[in-house]
Amino acid sequence: ARHNSYRGKKMAAVQDAPMELDAEKETKPEILSDGTSNLSGNTASGTLSSPPLTAGGAPKQEDQQTLIAVLQFLRRNKLTESVEILRREACLEDQEDSQTLDGSGGGKGDGDGGDANSLLSRVSIASAAAPQSTLTPIPVKSEYDQPDVSVVLSAYSQQGDPSLYQVYYSSLKNFIESVLDCHRAELSQLFYPLFVHMYLELVYNNHENKAKAFFEKFSGDQECYYQDDLRILCGLTKKEHLKGNEALLDFRTSRFVLRISRDSYQLLKRHLQERHNNQIWNIIQEHLYIDIFDGMPRSKSQIDSMSGSFAGETRREVNKAKVFYGLLKEPEIEVPLDDEDDEAENEEGKPKKKKTKKDSMGSKSKKQDPNAPQQNRIPLPELKDSDKLDKIMYMKESTKRIRLGPENLPSICFYSFLNAYQGLTAVDFTDDSSLLAGGFADSTVRVWSATPKKLRKVKSAAELNLIDKESDDVLERIMDEKTASESKNLYGHSGPVYGVSFSPDRNYLLSSSEDGTVRLWSLQTFTCLVGYKGHNYPVWDTHFSPFGYYFVSGGHDRVARLWATDHYQPLRIFAGHLADVTCTRFHPNSNYVVTGSTDRTIRLWDVLNGNCVRFFTGHKGPIHSLAFSPNGKFLASGSTDGRVLLWDIGHGLMIGELKGHTDTIYALKFSRDGEILASGSMDNTVRLWDSMKAFDDMETDDFTAATGHIHLPDNSQELLLGMYHSKSTPVTHLHFTRRNLLLAAGAYNSQ
Amino acid sequence: CTSLFSDITNAKMTEREERRFAEVPRESIKLMAESTGVELSEEVATLLAEDVCYRLREATQNSSQFMRHAKRRKLSVEDFNRALRWSNTETVCGYGAQDALPFRPLKEGELFFVEDREINLVELALATNIPKGCAETMVRVHVSYLDGKGNLEPQGTVPTAVQSLSEDLLKYYQQITRAILGEDPHLMKVALLDLQSNSKIAALLPYFVYVISGVKSVSHDLDQLNRLLHMVKSLVQNPYLYLGSYVRSLVSSVMYCILEPLAASINPLNDHWTLRDYAALLLSHIFWTHGDLVSGLYHQILLSLQKVLSDPVRPLCSHYGAVVGLHALGWKAVERVLYPHLPAYWANLQAVLDDYSVSNAQVKADGHKVYGAILVAVERLLKMKALSLTLAAEGGCAGLPGTATGAVGFRENSLGLSPPPEPLSEPPLGIASHLQAGGAGCPWEEWTPVSLPAMYCELYSFFGDSLAVRFSTDPPLGGAPPSGSRQPLEGRKEPASGAPNLENTRKMPQLTASMNISPRQDGSPCMEPQPPSLAATVPGRSLARSSSSSSVSRSRSSSSRPGRSTSQSRDIFPKARFPLPQVGPPAFSFIIGGRQMGRRCQGRRFQTSFTPTPPLTTLPPRAYAHKLPVIGRVSKPVRRWTCSHYSLHLPL
Repeated sequence: ARHNSYRGKKMAAVQDAPMELDAEKETKPEILSDGTSNLSGNTASGTLSSPPLTAGGAPKQEDQQTLIAVLQFLRRNKLTESVEILRREACLEDQEDSQTLDGSGGGKGDGDGGDANSLLSRVSIASAAAPQSTLTPIPVKSEYDQPDVSVVLSAYSQQGDPSLYQVYYSSLKNFIESVLDCHRAELSQLFYPLFVHMYLELVYNNHENKAKAFFEKFSGDQECYYQDDLRILCGLTKKEHLKGNEALLDFRTSRFVLRISRDSYQLLKRHLQERHNNQIWNIIQEHLYIDIFDGMPRSKSQIDSMSGSFAGETRREVNKAKVFYGLLKEPEIEVPLDDEDDEAENEEGKPKKKKTKKDSMGSKSKKQDPNAPQQNRIPLPELKDSDKLDKIMYMKESTKRIRLGPENLPSICFYSFLNAYQGLTAVDFTDDSSLLAGGFADSTVRVWSATPKKLRKVKSAAELNLIDKESDDVLERIMDEKTASESKNLYGHSGPVYGVSFSPDRNYLLSSSEDGTVRLWSLQTFTCLVGYKGHNYPVWDTHFSPFGYYFVSGGHDRVARLWATDHYQPLRIFAGHLADVTCTRFHPNSNYVVTGSTDRTIRLWDVLNGNCVRFFTGHKGPIHSLAFSPNGKFLASGSTDGRVLLWDIGHGLMIGELKGHTDTIYALKFSRDGEILASGSMDNTVRLWDSMKAFDDMETDDFTAATGHIHLPDNSQELLLGMYHSKSTPVTHLHFTRRNLLLAAGAYNSQ
Repeated sequence: CTSLFSDITNAKMTEREERRFAEVPRESIKLMAESTGVELSEEVATLLAEDVCYRLREATQNSSQFMRHAKRRKLSVEDFNRALRWSNTETVCGYGAQDALPFRPLKEGELFFVEDREINLVELALATNIPKGCAETMVRVHVSYLDGKGNLEPQGTVPTAVQSLSEDLLKYYQQITRAILGEDPHLMKVALLDLQSNSKIAALLPYFVYVISGVKSVSHDLDQLNRLLHMVKSLVQNPYLYLGSYVRSLVSSVMYCILEPLAASINPLNDHWTLRDYAALLLSHIFWTHGDLVSGLYHQILLSLQKVLSDPVRPLCSHYGAVVGLHALGWKAVERVLYPHLPAYWANLQAVLDDYSVSNAQVKADGHKVYGAILVAVERLLKMKALSLTLAAEGGCAGLPGTATGAVGFRENSLGLSPPPEPLSEPPLGIASHLQAGGAGCPWEEWTPVSLPAMYCELYSFFGDSLAVRFSTDPPLGGAPPSGSRQPLEGRKEPASGAPNLENTRKMPQLTASMNISPRQDGSPCMEPQPPSLAATVPGRSLARSSSSSSVSRSRSSSSRPGRSTSQSRDIFPKARFPLPQVGPPAFSFIIGGRQMGRRCQGRRFQTSFTPTPPLTTLPPRAYAHKLPVIGRVSKPVRRWTCSHYSLHLPL
């Protein structure tokens, strides 16, 4: 009920969104899983940007194919109006007819957009059109991935000579190994996607033994960071298995992106045409997306730093969108200077000083950051009195903040969870470090007070009636002194709690669990207020917006969802990751959400329209921690490979790699001023990095920004300011207090 | 289905191309099918087997996600079950236990199985020993690194010792501390004995040391202090313990007992003197046996003792502690610290002893204790020094009189127990500036070994005949032979080290004889001044001797020492011998038992018992009190803590 206050006009746009989306909701995640995902947000914002035009024209076909599928579905369900709108907006009128008439599975994508080469290759191959690949009625509501499966797999149905696959592959391998060094590194990128696709094709066509032999022969050639994928592939030898494997379906649906210089590409093309290696050329055309650039071929290290994800590299144009990474203007709050400050200032003339102080505060916030979004771009809740008080507290604390730097490292305070037999899975601190929450594998959430002040519940309704509501200390009187204790347990989940997040006003706590729900808890009554259902699969992480009200969650269903606390349905669904969304964070200005995934990629989503505005690849393992720098400009990410990567959000570039940890990084946090990045890992260490230096060292000139070819200096050792061990306590969470004391938390592991 | 999964464990690892995966052979599938009454063809079984393998791998791969998100390194059964549940498969129940499940082979066939004992549920339900629950989950906070300047060594969240402590050890620790600090004296004795000989308590050492460091909190309770000191002794004597750096902690606890003005000392009825004596013995014991573990320990101890001694503000009981501490540390310590300090200290002590006011009675009694302690210390100093000289003489040029060589060829002759001499630094002036000004005649840094005769002379100037009586050269009881003759000899124990001591005592007279008297012919094993010779000596000679030597010392002291004149002190103490006008039955009888420093570091023990009699009416009480120190340092037997009766605390 309290949220009604900020449901003003501003919210209209956001509120309407889910209703509009409802009609398409079932199909949306699948449809959008090709990575462009323009639909969900655009419907809400009312404009539809045209699908990105690319060199080969292949992605466009892909989109059209999906759009046609949607149209068919809508038509079947008699949603003629929607059909009209969608057709109009996607400019599909003519194409659609031809497509539906054409109707044959393998060739349907060619239409008018396919280029000559692909046509040629297609003709030369006996394309046995799979009967189910026509857009037959699709069972939408039953199974999640069903609609795509047949379509997806049908692409593998062309029959080459299976015995020749090894020959094809090794001839390509020989070619690549024989080319000039500068091209070899680039062309070597082809190995992995080709290998996977050829293997899957063999499996799909029931050549089990040939597939095994193929795997045996060439799996050793792949880069070591694909080990995990290879392990999955290795076990998969039957067509039936393929149908149920979502990860590989995704691999197929999305085109693996390679970035190759024009020279290298020409070299490859010439070779394949000379040798009539149509099988491989076909795969390249069908399943790969080659992002051709002009200029020098990239070196091996450059390629390696960006590759490793499940979907290849980032397409350059994806990261071109403008991101308003600046911070929002701070609301103007009259800061009553407290007495001690007054005394200090009396010496130099009280009134004058006071004025300057106010001005400095005001000027900082009044000047609009050119990179900041419009203040009301996303409707934000109005500040309550208590929020203002907290802001004042925050400012007071900030004046006492310790300035950190390489010479002045923070003190570390370790919060060890003892006797956590049930398994500590998630930790969060409130911003003012007064409360500490732990999520446990036994489905409980526990809240501790990190200060001597005990936790108290509000009295029961009957008792509340007896209170004199006019009294000054009514807020104190409503608390039930009998319930005071150092910690409170919250029961409600039916599975391990994988994520917890405090609301900025400390009144609420969110928890996400394996049971598929996100729960909102009141920290006044210590009861559950809402259970947000929607993910239907384990929810790996959740995070409150820095302004409250909104929160984001991500889970095993490979989408992240944006929620508002007073809506039981999500406002946005961010779909595009090829695998589980493992961690989610809000940007400091609340206009963006970042998600990390098991597919080893990071995506930044615009809350306003649901677009994916940044797509970062380079991690070699699932991403388990993310942190924005306090100024909103940079992002740090940590993964199971033990590396921290730093990203420039504005330019969409990787700007640093911090190597040192030997195990999964579960916690990342910037100090309050952003000078220090702290990382905590399973290897029982906290490491402090000189983030200032890392950001300064990286020159982001226009060229690198344009091409995205970065040279990462290998300076992890210089940037490492300190490494701190705990004896046997993996670091689960890190937090900087308002005065820049570093708090670390983890469960003591007695084994 | 459940049975199928539970039988997976029977699957053999295939050594074929896929070594990473367990495979279920089709024979197993057929067997399982048969057990449920289904007949499978070869072909179907093969297909099923392959599918099962794949599903297993898939589930395992999926389960690893649950492990990662639970922030664990170890895949649990629970993770696997979750993966199964999300793929709409029945979960495998009954394998969630934390303990490892042992595989057992069946002798007949190549069959391996998990042992699965039957559990009697009724018994379990009716069992009275309900398993205790886990401890409450809690959060512990500690500052790990201050200003980022923590050491790079791993810092434990739990002390190292705790980890290696087994349940049994903890129990042992509790029992022992309870027994030692508890009421039952017998139990305490047993506990102490065990502590002395137990070879498996190394891990508990920090705990015991910590308990012992609690002396500061029980300074009001003599009994507890005693018990703690006994604990120290047991630990020190335990041959299996390596004390390491804990020696320092133990020493500081013991020093506390020796030197601090304990709360228990406020009540004069408390025998804190005995405690200090015992603590001093313990200190010497620790030092002799474990002193090598901490470098500079000897030096540090001496410095702190000296600091206390030179602090006039400290109460007399602290001074007493310092003196007995020095005494226990050996004659070299006495020579190094106490002897040069004596002139300065004497003035203060004299002032106390000469104050006859009633309000000062208690302090004066304390002063006498200090006096006695000093006396004993210097006596041993003289004796040992003489012995060392004699040994040196025998080694060098035999046949020469001891004194001659002593005077000429004095050497630091270590008796094997004395530590190598360490340079003593100048103590801070601020602490003892008052006394140092007084003691300017013998400053620290210019310390040089004083020759034995000179030393004797100077000491004699302080103690007069009461010193002489210790060497049985001079008849101190000149006026009262009967009292001496009636000394009972019971309760005298001569330890194994008595023989060399005996020699010492026999040689002493030779030494002193150089100054006046012929050696005594006494062959009794007693080393204390004994009646036969005492009776034979002429009191007149003694007086003459004392006066002559006192004149020497007076001339010496007058030049160097301001304040109270030595003549007065000299006058007082000789006078303070046993009452000359002995009328009627003797006033009291006493026993002085003694044991010299032995090879086994037993320390010096004196047994003195008095049979107090009502003070003579003819004598003023103060006079009576005054003569007590002549007897020297008196204490009850070390072992008889509980039933000792006190000698010097006579009600005045």
